[in-house]
Amino acid sequence: MKLITVAGPPSSGKTSVILKTIANLKLPEKSVGVVKFDSLTSFDHLRYEEQGIPNQTGFAGKICPDHFFVSNIEDAVQWGRKKEFSILVTESAGLCNRCSPYVNGILSVCVIDNLSGVNTPRKIGPMLKYADIVVVTKGDIVSQAEREVFAFNIKEVNANAHVLFINGITGQGAFLLAKYWQDALDIDTLKDRKLRFTMPAAICSYCTGETRIGDNYQMGMLKRMEFEDE
Amino acid sequence: MNPNAFLPEVSATTIAELLKCYPLASDYLANMRLGKIDHDKTLPDALIDVDEDTLEEFGLTRESVVLHFCSFLSAFSKNTEPARDISSITILGGRDKSGRPEQIEITVVPGEIVSIVGPTGSGKSRLLEDIECLAQRDTPTGRQILLNGNAPDDERRFATGGKLVAQLSQNMNFVMDLTVREFLEMHAKSRMVQNPSEAAKRCFACANSLAGEKYTPDTKVTQLSGGQSRALMIADTALMSASPIILIDEIENAGIDRKEAIKLLAGHEKIILMSTHDPLLALRADKRIGIKNGGIAKILVTTETERQSLTSIEEMDEILQNLRNHLRAGETITSEMIPKMEEKHVGTL
Repeated sequence: MKLITVAGPPSSGKTSVILKTIANLKLPEKSVGVVKFDSLTSFDHLRYEEQGIPNQTGFAGKICPDHFFVSNIEDAVQWGRKKEFSILVTESAGLCNRCSPYVNGILSVCVIDNLSGVNTPRKIGPMLKYADIVVVTKGDIVSQAEREVFAFNIKEVNANAHVLFINGITGQGAFLLAKYWQDALDIDTLKDRKLRFTMPAAICSYCTGETRIGDNYQMGMLKRMEFEDE
Repeated sequence: MNPNAFLPEVSATTIAELLKCYPLASDYLANMRLGKIDHDKTLPDALIDVDEDTLEEFGLTRESVVLHFCSFLSAFSKNTEPARDISSITILGGRDKSGRPEQIEITVVPGEIVSIVGPTGSGKSRLLEDIECLAQRDTPTGRQILLNGNAPDDERRFATGGKLVAQLSQNMNFVMDLTVREFLEMHAKSRMVQNPSEAAKRCFACANSLAGEKYTPDTKVTQLSGGQSRALMIADTALMSASPIILIDEIENAGIDRKEAIKLLAGHEKIILMSTHDPLLALRADKRIGIKNGGIAKILVTTETERQSLTSIEEMDEILQNLRNHLRAGETITSEMIPKMEEKHVGTL
């Protein structure tokens, strides 16, 4: 089974890109599955079900979404194998721009949209920097120049990425992404593989439910800002 | 060029010197929050003063920054424009929605204009998509696209993906909050032209010559009128875009000099595919591709009669243009402004 990890900011078009790419794969029904990792709610399962695509959704809730991803990904792989998928796609929303759910050797796709501002690629961080393929959506409604500058800014952060423009509504461009998916690595397990980037070190009092503000309540891993003195 | 090839230079040269040779490298440092490191030292030396935790936030160590920086230099030093050396594009027919073979072959060269006609939903965008992904009988239409007469290999297909076709359409907007000058300079910089501000100036002059209503380089791009935006997009695509093929989707209603716009694009050795039913534009093309039921139904070469009729179409267009100008100026339309058509013309129209 091939595993593809897709990540991207909320509402960047991940689900649309995945749906259009699956359509381009031309595989028999029920041979591609999707696992969606989200934080609170998600309505994407309806869209997958509409297309007859087997899918599972998990909510991180109060757990950091990326920690949630990494502690559940192996089970997701085993679910996919049991279902005898030829391709399993994971979809996760990058929420704090700090992490990325990418695993060494596993094809990783980052989806960002052209409307989010030309400097966005410089701010997204590891989710963009460690992706093999960066998909840009919503390019059909901005000028050619903005598309080109956007792609350039992506290259500045991730010089080795393949940048693809995909129209999530018509599916234009999804054909090439499907070709990349077909060449992805076959795996049986993720055991002993490594994340491309560390998860955040967050074991402070607020992780465990503290809500009060002030020095007295702050314990564990802390990082203090330095403010300029006049 | 192999990233490692940059290693000796990066290890031995001060950052200040490196930035002189590779001005883009300052973006790299800024992106990694390393803009303030000591520019009089070499990168490996300057990194000794940097907090390792900061680097770790970017997933880097003192050693890996140097390698990462080398691959940045390597990526921006090689010719990243695989789409440049295209001397022809050939479309080999596939089949339409009913599976009927297209039986056509059409080759287009830079400077040539081809219009694409057909009702909405007939398959115009499918044709564009086949060109964009360099279809090799593996898309729903079964068409094959040749570059310079040859079938491109997979590597070429991936490398040119998305860079081959520049698009201009009625529903495109500017979303950046920049002035026209800043916008053009930013685009010029991303194309790595020698003198971005000079290139921006040239492009601006060109855009303004196409626009019905003039504007200044200090206007925000988001404040331009529809016609002004279109003029800027066309000039920018002609002068600055990397793509050798331009697809224009219905630009007839914009307040721009359409004739000049098309001339400008063709003059810059671009292959122009234009989806339009405006006779003024369609007849200016060398060929017309007629699309029906998802397939190319016919290819028409613009006839001599059609070309000659352009003069009278232009006259009609001028009459309408004149009326628009009067309306814009807040004037009243009088019957004198509408010349009587000669009897024989009325009969044929």
